[in-house]
Amino acid sequence: MTSRTSIRAVLASLLLAGMAISPAAAQGEAPAQSSEPTTQPSSPPASQPSGQPAGQPAAEPGKQQPRPKRQRAEKETTRIQIGYLRAYAPQLALSVLDVPPRNDGVAGAEVAIDDNNTTGGFLGQEFTLDVAEVEPEADVVEAFNKMVEAGARYVLTDLSAKQVLSIVDFARDKGVLVFNVGSTDDVLREEECRANLFHTMPTRTMLADGLAQYLIWKQWKNWVLIYGSHEGDQAFADALRRAAERFGGQIVAEKLFEDTGGARRTDTGVVQIQRQIPVFTQDLPEHDVMLVADESEVFGTYVPFRTWIPRPVAGSAGLVPSAWHPASEQWGGTQIQNRFEKQVGRRMLSKDMAAWTAVRIVGEAATRTNSGDPAKIEEHIKGENFSVAAYRGQKLTFRNWNWQLRQPVFLGDNRSVVSTSPQEGFLHQVSELDTLGIDQPETVCKLD
Amino acid sequence: MKRLGFAALAASACILANPASAFTVYVSNERDNTITIVDSEKMEAVGTIKVGQRPRGITISHDGKVLYVCASDDDTVEMIDTETNQIIGTLPSGPDPELFVLSPDGKTLYVANEDDNLVTVIDVEARSVLSEIPVGVEPEGMGVSPDGSVIVSTSETTNMAHFIDAETHEITDNVLVDTRPRYAEFMPDGSEVWVSAEIGGTVSVIDNETREVTQTITFEIPGLRAEAIQPVGVKIMPDGKKAYVALGPANRVAVINTETYEVEKYVLVGQRVWQLALTPDEKTIISTNGVSNDITFIDTETDEAIQSVTVGQLPWGVVVKPQ
Repeated sequence: MTSRTSIRAVLASLLLAGMAISPAAAQGEAPAQSSEPTTQPSSPPASQPSGQPAGQPAAEPGKQQPRPKRQRAEKETTRIQIGYLRAYAPQLALSVLDVPPRNDGVAGAEVAIDDNNTTGGFLGQEFTLDVAEVEPEADVVEAFNKMVEAGARYVLTDLSAKQVLSIVDFARDKGVLVFNVGSTDDVLREEECRANLFHTMPTRTMLADGLAQYLIWKQWKNWVLIYGSHEGDQAFADALRRAAERFGGQIVAEKLFEDTGGARRTDTGVVQIQRQIPVFTQDLPEHDVMLVADESEVFGTYVPFRTWIPRPVAGSAGLVPSAWHPASEQWGGTQIQNRFEKQVGRRMLSKDMAAWTAVRIVGEAATRTNSGDPAKIEEHIKGENFSVAAYRGQKLTFRNWNWQLRQPVFLGDNRSVVSTSPQEGFLHQVSELDTLGIDQPETVCKLD
Repeated sequence: MKRLGFAALAASACILANPASAFTVYVSNERDNTITIVDSEKMEAVGTIKVGQRPRGITISHDGKVLYVCASDDDTVEMIDTETNQIIGTLPSGPDPELFVLSPDGKTLYVANEDDNLVTVIDVEARSVLSEIPVGVEPEGMGVSPDGSVIVSTSETTNMAHFIDAETHEITDNVLVDTRPRYAEFMPDGSEVWVSAEIGGTVSVIDNETREVTQTITFEIPGLRAEAIQPVGVKIMPDGKKAYVALGPANRVAVINTETYEVEKYVLVGQRVWQLALTPDEKTIISTNGVSNDITFIDTETDEAIQSVTVGQLPWGVVVKPQ
C-alpha cells in the first residue's frame, strides 16, 4: 500500500497528534436550520476586538451613529478532518490527452479544503485533508481504519463499488460518512445503497439519460450501439439501452467490439485504425447517431471520423456526457475554473468537481450548523432544506431515497460544452433533475 | 412566455401618457465589450462606447462626469468621460473586478475581486490602492451605508455578508445568508441591508444595528420551478417604501413592500434579468435582461413594464446619469 499525504495534511496531523476531532466550541451554537441564518459571533481573522461593550442606544432613524466595535471572546478552533481514499495505478488511454492526471479528484478536494478554510476562518473552523492510496481492487480496510483512527469522520472514496462496500458498514459503526466521488456504478445507489453513503458523482444511468435527452431533442432518434467487452463497458451499454427505452430512441443494431489485448498505442497504429473502424462499422443499418460504450479505453476514441457512413458519434467518444466539463464557464463556472487552474496548474475534470462538491457539502453543513460535530453535520446534510451551490446553475440537493446528489449532466466534446441536460421539455413533478437516472418510483434502494 | 411579455408591454405602452424626462442610461454588455447609451425619454439606444473585456459592474460619479466600468477580464476598472464618451484612465482594481460601490463622498471605490477573495479599496482621485481586505470566497455584492461608515461585501461561496468598517478597513461582523449571495443594498436610512441569494432563492434582510438576519424573503411564481427563481439585483426606493428585486431566469422583477416584506407584484420583463437602476426622478426602474439582449423600463407608480429597448449582447449592469 502506498500512502501519499499532502504537506498541509502532515502539518495538520502534527497539530492533531493524539487529538480526536474536537467538538464545536461551546459558545455560539447556531440553530441547524438553513432557512434562518444567524449572525455568527466569531471574530474574523482580520479584526482586532477592542473597545466598548455592546448595548449602545439605538440610532435615531435617518441618522446613523458610529458603530462601536464589540468585544468578543477568543474562539477555539474546531478541526474538521476529511479523508480521501483512492485506488490508483497509472492508467493508459487511447489518446495521451486522456490519461488521467496523477491528482485527478484529489486536486478538487484540495481546492475545496482551501475554500472551506477561507469561510472557516470567519467561524473558527479548520478543515484538513488526509489522502491515502491503494492499488485498484486491493484491500482498503486497513487504510480506512488508519484514517478514521487519525480522526477523520468524513471519507471521500474514489474506489470501485466492491472496495466501497468493503468499508461502508465499518464506517457506519464508527459514525463515519462516506462520499463516493469516483464510482458511477448504479448498484451503489440501488441494491447496495447505504444510509451513510452519499454520492456526488452521477451514475451511468444519469449520464446516459442526459445524453439520450439531447439526441431526442435533436430528433436524432435512430441509434446503433457499439460496446466493449469489459464489465464497465457493458454496464454503460445497459444504461444507454435503458435511456433509449425511456426517451423514445431506437437502437436499430448493436455490435460488440471484443478487446483482444495488445498495446494501446503504437507508432504505426493510426494507419491500421483508419482501415479497421470503417470495416467494423460497414454492415450496420442506417442510423442517425453511433453510440459507443467503451469505458475501458479499448476503441472508443478511434470511432469518430472513421465510421463507414458519416454519422456523429456519442457516448464514450464524440459527444460525451459528464459530471463537469473543463471548459464550462456557465453559471459562475469561470470562477472555480480560474481558482482551480491557478492552484493546480491544469483544467478541472469531472472527478475533481465531484470531490470539490463533497468537501463543500461538509463545509456548508459545518458553516450552517456552526459545528464540527459529525452527528449534527449528518443531520443537516440529510435535512429537508439542505442544498449546495456548485456552479451548475441551480441548487443541488440529495435524493433522500438513496443519497445521490441531483445534478445536471454536461454534454461536450473535447473542447467545449455542447449542451447540458435535462433538456427543455423533459418535465418532472419533483425536480427536472430527476428525469436523469433511476427515479424514486423505480428505485430498489431500501435505507435502514 | 415571450409572446405574453410583448402583449403586456404593448398594453402598458398605450396607458403611458406622460413620458419621463430625458436621462442618460448606461448599460454594460458583458459579451459585446461595449456600453450602450440609452435615452430614457426616447427609449432608444443613442450610442455605444467600446470598453475592455467583459464589462460587468458599472457606476457613475455623483456629479455624473465619470463613468466607472469593471472590465473583468482585463483586471481593471475603466474611467469614461461622459461628455466625450472616451476612456480617460483606469483604476488599479486588482484581478477580476465584478461589482463595486462608490462611497457617498465619491472619493473611494470599493471593488470586489472575485478571483482573489479580496475587496480592493481605491482612492479615486489618486488612482491608487488604499488597501486590500481579505473576505470570503468569491466576493461579489458591494454595498455602502448612506453615511459611508460601513461597507458590506457578499461572498458567493462562503455565503456570508461581511460588514467592514470603512475607517479601519477591518471586518467587524460576518452574517451568514442564503446560498450564493449576489448583491447588497442598504435601506436609505441605513437601518437594514438587503442581500440577495441567487441559488438560495431568497433575500435576507439584515438589521444594521444587531447585524442579524431579521427577515428572509422568499418568492413564489405559479408555473415556475423554485430553482428558476434566482434573485440578483436589488434596488430600494429613496423613500424606503418599496424594493425591487431582479429574479434572474424567472424573467421577472419582484416588487416588495418594505414594511411587510411581502412581494406585492411580479413584473414580467426580459430573459435572465440581472441588475436594476432607478432614474433620478424616481419614476422609472430599469432592468437588464441578459439573455434577451434588452433592458426594460418599469413605471414605479404602476409597477408595469413600459417598454423594452434592445441593447448589446448579454447586458449585465446599468446606471443612470444623475442630473
